[in-house]
Amino acid sequence: MKHATQTPAPPTAAGRRERAPASRAGGGRRAFARRSGQWAAWAFLAPVVVYLLAFYVYPLYRNVDLSLRNYTVRSFVQGDAPFTGLANYAKVVRDATFGPALWHTVVFTAVSLAFQFTIGLALAVFFTRNFRLSATLRALFLVPWLLPLIVSSSTWSWMLNSESGVVNAALAAVGIDPVNWLTSPDWSLWSVTIANIWIGIPFNLVVLYSGLQAIPSHIHEAAALDGATGWQRFWRVTFPLLRPVSAITLLLGLVYTLKVFDIIWIMTKGGPSDASTTLATWSYRLGFGNLLPSFGPGAAVGNLLIVIALVFGLVYIRVQRRQGAA
Amino acid sequence: MTQTRRTWWRTGLGVVFTALMLFPVYWMINVSFTRDQDMRKSPPYWFPVHGTLEGYRAVLEQQGPYLATSLVVGLGTVALTLVIAAPAAYSLAKLRPRGGGVLSFVLLIAQMIPGVIMAMGFYAIYLSTGVLNTVPGLIVADSTLAVPFAVLIFTAFMSGIPEELMQAARVDGAGAFRTFWSVVLPVSRNSVITVSLFAFLWAWSDFVFASTLDQGGGHQPITLGIYHYIGNNNQEWNAIMATAVVASIPATVLLVIAQRYVAAGVTAGAVKD
Repeated sequence: MKHATQTPAPPTAAGRRERAPASRAGGGRRAFARRSGQWAAWAFLAPVVVYLLAFYVYPLYRNVDLSLRNYTVRSFVQGDAPFTGLANYAKVVRDATFGPALWHTVVFTAVSLAFQFTIGLALAVFFTRNFRLSATLRALFLVPWLLPLIVSSSTWSWMLNSESGVVNAALAAVGIDPVNWLTSPDWSLWSVTIANIWIGIPFNLVVLYSGLQAIPSHIHEAAALDGATGWQRFWRVTFPLLRPVSAITLLLGLVYTLKVFDIIWIMTKGGPSDASTTLATWSYRLGFGNLLPSFGPGAAVGNLLIVIALVFGLVYIRVQRRQGAA
Repeated sequence: MTQTRRTWWRTGLGVVFTALMLFPVYWMINVSFTRDQDMRKSPPYWFPVHGTLEGYRAVLEQQGPYLATSLVVGLGTVALTLVIAAPAAYSLAKLRPRGGGVLSFVLLIAQMIPGVIMAMGFYAIYLSTGVLNTVPGLIVADSTLAVPFAVLIFTAFMSGIPEELMQAARVDGAGAFRTFWSVVLPVSRNSVITVSLFAFLWAWSDFVFASTLDQGGGHQPITLGIYHYIGNNNQEWNAIMATAVVASIPATVLLVIAQRYVAAGVTAGAVKD
């Protein structure tokens, strides 16, 4: 694990520094070599550039185009839908689903992150103590993260089933009335959030664990010598030192969670009556969920979601760059 | 003496945590062996006491083509991802192209675009070009999940290849391509494995692209196989869960044989040190 991520770093910086003066000192022949070097460099990049243009930029362009036209099924095939400017966006924002969908996205994301991070951090701290089987158990924790989302979502659906689910059976055993996890508007958002927390814990555990490993152990020893208790050592020493990794973990988790679609769609389809609809599932339902698709509004919702994701994505990149420079 | 007793106590706690975490996985396996008549029993059997292979028989009879399609899509995605990403990373890490920083930035951004939105754009394009409901179309769409990640992982790894090795190749008269093929790629074996594992797993697990770009296709992946199951016969949960167990096999195999690569992949994207 450390081998792949950490060892390559030092030689890079050193290698760059060594080479820089040599190429600057070169004369005409060096300049020629550099120019032909640029040709080779871009020849190797050509496939990925073409790829990005064809399979990222073009689909996104088509998506923006969809959102600016009034498409019907017929004009979707023929491609002659009239241009309507921002009408789809206005329609979507005024829609009765918009407010709830935005609110559910915020709640789903915030609650998921809070629990994933807290549980992940607690487990990461627990696993930093060496004990028998710790590496094996830590590996097993990765399983939920690796399973196909449709597998975990359908398992949770059945576990949370009102009549035959194991969760309600367990609640009955301690005398609690059954809960309509997936079919009650009061509970469906919490149900999909619980499933999403479960899926996200491994990512937080692994990243925070590697962050903890990077803190030199002598700092802990010094704090222990100064008479700090375990709890104090965590809040006064470990937690502040872990802040950069925590920031990265949370921001990346945020960008991932905004995208979550599979879990909600498979467990509740955003229902009942939109009680667990987020921007992602709403966009999908508008575009693909009905017999009569409304691609324009669906694309408009999707583009709003992209803007939100990119705002946080840029914050993430900024934080990461600043840490890289420090 | 106290030391060992202490570690055993921790091991016990760790086992309890792991068991709690993996309970849904256990439940999936348990339900996959449960007989139809016990499915709605309350309280449920906590172990498959009257275990049946009914569910797995259904998988063998009905899900074979879906599994085969997923395998083809997964391998195709791996191939496409490697072909696109490895040369690009070599250039970014070793050839210092002007504008390479901008490209890396674009790749980081590309990773953040929600799949649902890409699906809509792809749908519009595929419909007009006739690629809708085809396996190659699905491979291309699935590869967008892996290519940016792959370039970033490869670049991080290839930057670490010692400059002396590159110079030695140059002295021997190797051009940029030959250096890439005979020196850089063989040395990067570990990162090739990591990237291949993740590309395969993401393609195998993909539901968004499959359900939008292949919903009417003659060859559909296993994620749609499960989805149809849930939609059609809400009663046969042993068959649904048996399919889910089978669909989880690649993830399990990868974890067992390549655990350290998996952990490397999870951290590499997030922590830069």
